[in-house]
Amino acid sequence: MTSTLAQTPLHGWHASHGGRLVDFAGWSMPVQYSSIVVEHNATRTAAGLFDVSHMGRIRFEGPAAEAFLERIVTRRVAGMPAGQIRYALVTNDTGGVLDDVLVYHLTHSRGASYYQLVVNASNREKIVRWLHDHRDGAEVEIHDATLETAMIAVQGPRALEIVRPLTSLDPESLAYYHGAECELVGASGLISRTGYTGEDGCELIVPAEAALTLWEALYQAAQAIGGSAVGLGARDTLRLEAGMPLYGHELSEEIDPLQAGLSFAVNLKDRTFPGSEALAKRKADTSASVRIGLTLEGKRVPREGYPVLAGEQQIGRVTSGTFSPTLNRPIAMAYVSRQHAATGSELTVDIRGSRESARVVELPFYKRTT
Amino acid sequence: MKPQDLLYAKTHEWVHVDRSGGSPVATIGISHFAVEALTDLVYLELPEVGRQVKAGQSIGEIESVKAVSDIYSPVSGEIVEVNRALPDGLGKLNDDPYGDGWIAKIKLADEADLKNLLAHAAYEKQCAEEGH
Repeated sequence: MTSTLAQTPLHGWHASHGGRLVDFAGWSMPVQYSSIVVEHNATRTAAGLFDVSHMGRIRFEGPAAEAFLERIVTRRVAGMPAGQIRYALVTNDTGGVLDDVLVYHLTHSRGASYYQLVVNASNREKIVRWLHDHRDGAEVEIHDATLETAMIAVQGPRALEIVRPLTSLDPESLAYYHGAECELVGASGLISRTGYTGEDGCELIVPAEAALTLWEALYQAAQAIGGSAVGLGARDTLRLEAGMPLYGHELSEEIDPLQAGLSFAVNLKDRTFPGSEALAKRKADTSASVRIGLTLEGKRVPREGYPVLAGEQQIGRVTSGTFSPTLNRPIAMAYVSRQHAATGSELTVDIRGSRESARVVELPFYKRTT
Repeated sequence: MKPQDLLYAKTHEWVHVDRSGGSPVATIGISHFAVEALTDLVYLELPEVGRQVKAGQSIGEIESVKAVSDIYSPVSGEIVEVNRALPDGLGKLNDDPYGDGWIAKIKLADEADLKNLLAHAAYEKQCAEEGH
C-alpha cells in the first residue's frame, strides 16, 4: 500500500475493522470486511453501510448555475424543482460518456438554491476540468467539495429506520430521487433518497469531521438489526444484480448513452450540450452494439472481457460479471450486436476456452419486492 | 494433517508426501491463507486423473465471487486421484483445508521438486509479508 493513495475520513475505521484495503481510483478503499456474500445479503435483508466518500461532490452556486448545467448534462436541469435529483450523463462532443452523474437541485438552509453533481471517483478530476473548460464566463462558482465532506450510503429494507433517529428530517418524507439539507448527528448535512444497490435507502453527506460520529452511530444501529458495513466487492455485486452500469465497464468515452440503454436519461428536445448533435445522429444508427443482461447455468463466472458468441461467431464482450448471491447463479452484463440482443436469445460465453450457455434476460436481474 | 508438517508452494498450495506405499505420493491442497484471501468460493475445477503435470503448471482453477485463480501443481508427476466430493462441498476448504479439503494426489516423478517448496515457518513469513 503506497502512501500516495487518498483516504476518506473513515479510512482508519475501515483499517481497524478488518477492511481489506485496495487501490480504487486512487483511493485506499475497503473491498470487503468479512465476505462479499455476507455483506451483500445483509444489504438485501437488513441494511448495508457504504463509505462512498471517494465519489466526487461538486457544488454550483450563482445566478447561472442552472443554465450552466443545462448545457452540460444530457438531461433537463432547467425547471427542475429544488429538492429533486436526476440521473444524467456528461457526454463528449461525439456523444461518448465522460461520466454518469447525479444532478441535485437543493435549497440552502439560508434559503438560496444551489446545484450539486455527484460523479465517479475515477472521473472526478476529468469532470472538474471539463466543467471549467465549458464555463465560458458563465456566472457560476464551481466548487469541488469532495475532500471536505464525507458520503455514506445506507441501503436495504431497514435502511431508513436506522437513519431516522440520527437526522432532523425523516428520510421517509423524501420521495425517491429527492434530497434536502438537514441536521445529521448534530452537523449540517444532506440526505437524499438515492443509492446504487436496487434497495430502498438513502445517501448522507456530512462535513468530513462529522463522518466518524455518524458512521459509528449507523454501524451500531445496523449491527443490532443484522446489517453490516459493506465494501466495494458487495457494492459491485449489488449494483450488478440491480442492472446498473458502472463507469469503466458498461460506460466509457467509446460508448454512448443510447447503446448503454440509458435513453431515459437523454433529452435532446430543444437542447444543446456537448454531444447532443452526435447523439441525434447516433439515434438512427443500429450498427452499434447494445448493453444486455446474461444469466448462465452452472457456477463458472463470466468475467470482464470474455467473448460472447452466437453459434461460432463472436458478437460481443462481457463488461461485468459475477456470481449473483441473490439469484445463486452467474450473471453478466455485456455489449452485443443488436440482432442478438433480444430477450431470450441463446448465446454462449467463452470462459477461458470453454463455451458456457448464456441467455439474454431483461435488466435488472433483481428487483426488490417491497 | 497439521499445517506445521506440510510443505508449501509460494503460490499457496500445500504438499504432504506419503511414502508408505513404496513410491512417494504427494497429497496437495490450498492453504488456509489462500482460502481466506479468496472467500466466497463458488467453483472448483479439478484436474483429470492420469494427467502428467509439471511443477508450476496450472492443474485447475478456483473461482470466488470476486475473481478466478489458477491452482498450480507444486510438484511434477502423475495425477492418481482427485477429491471428487470437493467441487460440490467447497465449505470443506474453509472448514478443513489440510484434511477433507485436499484437492489431488500426485505420484511424484522427482523428489527433488520438494526442495523448491517452503517449510511452514518460511511460508508463514511469506503470508505475513503479503498481508491479507
